[in-house]
Amino acid sequence: MVRYALKRALSLVISLIVASAVIFLVVEVAPGDPASFMLGLNAQPDTLAALRAELGLDVPRLQRYFLWVGGMVQGDFGISYAYRSPVAQMIAERMWVSLPLALYALGLSTAIAFPAGIYAASRRGTLGDTVVMGATQLGVAVPNFWFAMICVLIFAINLRWFSAGGFPGWEKGFWGGVKALTLPAIALALPQGAILARVMRSSLLDMLGEDFIRTARAKGLSRRQTLWRHALRNAMIPVLTIIGLQFSFLLAGAIIIEQVFFLPGLGRLVFQSISARDLIVVESVVMLLVFSVIVVNFAVDLAYAVVDPRLRART
Amino acid sequence: MRRNLILGAVLTGTFVLAALVSFVFTPYDIEALDIPNKLQPPNGAHWFGTDHFGRDILSMIMLGARTSIAVALLAVGIGMGLGIPLGLAAAARHGRALDEFIMRGNDLIFAFPSLVIAILITATFGAGAVNAIIAIGIFNVPVFARLTRGAALGLWGRDFILAARVVGKSSARISVEHILPNIANLMIVQGTIQFSLGILAEAGLSYVGLGAQPPTPSWGRMLADAQTLVSIAPHLALFPGMAIVLTVLGLNLMGDGLRDWLDPRLRVVRA
Repeated sequence: MVRYALKRALSLVISLIVASAVIFLVVEVAPGDPASFMLGLNAQPDTLAALRAELGLDVPRLQRYFLWVGGMVQGDFGISYAYRSPVAQMIAERMWVSLPLALYALGLSTAIAFPAGIYAASRRGTLGDTVVMGATQLGVAVPNFWFAMICVLIFAINLRWFSAGGFPGWEKGFWGGVKALTLPAIALALPQGAILARVMRSSLLDMLGEDFIRTARAKGLSRRQTLWRHALRNAMIPVLTIIGLQFSFLLAGAIIIEQVFFLPGLGRLVFQSISARDLIVVESVVMLLVFSVIVVNFAVDLAYAVVDPRLRART
Repeated sequence: MRRNLILGAVLTGTFVLAALVSFVFTPYDIEALDIPNKLQPPNGAHWFGTDHFGRDILSMIMLGARTSIAVALLAVGIGMGLGIPLGLAAAARHGRALDEFIMRGNDLIFAFPSLVIAILITATFGAGAVNAIIAIGIFNVPVFARLTRGAALGLWGRDFILAARVVGKSSARISVEHILPNIANLMIVQGTIQFSLGILAEAGLSYVGLGAQPPTPSWGRMLADAQTLVSIAPHLALFPGMAIVLTVLGLNLMGDGLRDWLDPRLRVVRA
């Protein structure tokens, strides 16, 4: 197990190094100089040079890459070109919206998917199964930002249960924050919950066809008991993998949903930064998102190896 | 199930047809503004109503279908065009450096969700439909590469491949002449699924301004424009959204139906 974990950890580090190099390279080839963009067309050459020096743009690219990566390792993401404030601080402030939103959506998606998937699998071929699967098929097809707009129309504009957008801030009260994130989280959770319910059903059905389930039934356990005690536990492995992967997608998906609800999260930050050519913010946010995907995949791999000894043996 | 396939094909076919017809006919010219008739609800003259410039929503949906379908289709093309050869090469060199290199490269691309790739590309080259195609296409590459490699690996140990090797065929020739035709069904099914994901991704990118730019109509862009007016004219959001849902649903149903129809094991069960 230790060897497996070390091998995966090495792979994680290599992936992070390559990903950071790719992101830096892509952003660095961007046409246009951020300093010229900030000062406008009539900027004097000496002013431009001074700003380039201040932003650290006069340093050779390779050195700049190492400074960027070295800084990130120590939690220093550099200074925003547009806002002149530390990027790490800007990201941290926005993460207080985006991270709870992704976690809230993940919780909701699991809460939708588990009962739906278990119900459909336990009633395979019945009307209930068909209805649940039909609903998940529809859920997968619905764009989350459109569903968000429909939610706003119904629950915010017509029923006035929630606000149509904005975020009061956690300092104004926990429940106020939760309420502001509820509609966005529901919108984000629906398609992911539909996918998860389908995975849950299919994984559970695979397990219900296994020999050990037949043995358990032969030993006198009822269908319900075999489902809950044996099938469900074993069916959880692929489901947990998908949940792990969904977290990263929810964090990225939150970028779009934040636009619908005017939430001051990472999404708003990244789009503002693109318009302002604040490339250091763009590359830092992208690196953070990619980092979260790679680390979650690593954690899922490890969790997988813990529950499935065959995987450890294979490496 | 055959029913899924037919329903899916009808739904998808409707929008593909609408996109094709839009090249020669749309009920109204969407470049002609008609302010006196702005924000009309659905009526006899404008079946899906009009937008804030008085443009006909049905005509815009027909033209938007072109953008969505073209972007998603080309993105699938990029994914298949690069992913399948890479997957075939990885399987042919299973366990060797090339296989490891391709698969680790795939893992790396998988770490970049399509939205993140789009953000990177947009930050670098600006927004547009071409960049959306590249972003979604890049995300499709590892999907096809992994699937191809997995399916091809299962075939490399089979007798008919061994026979081909005995007669002296190269790995590349075996991959193209024997492996590829045997995994084509799987690729078609995955192609439909990625196509539907491409429609959703294109809509999302256009919605946040990273996809097709005005005046090119796109469903995502229509939804973005509808956002501030949704309380007074819900039809602005309803119809483009329904177009996305029905197209994606159609493609998913078609994918499910095709998988069942093309899978020989299921065909045996049916027989």
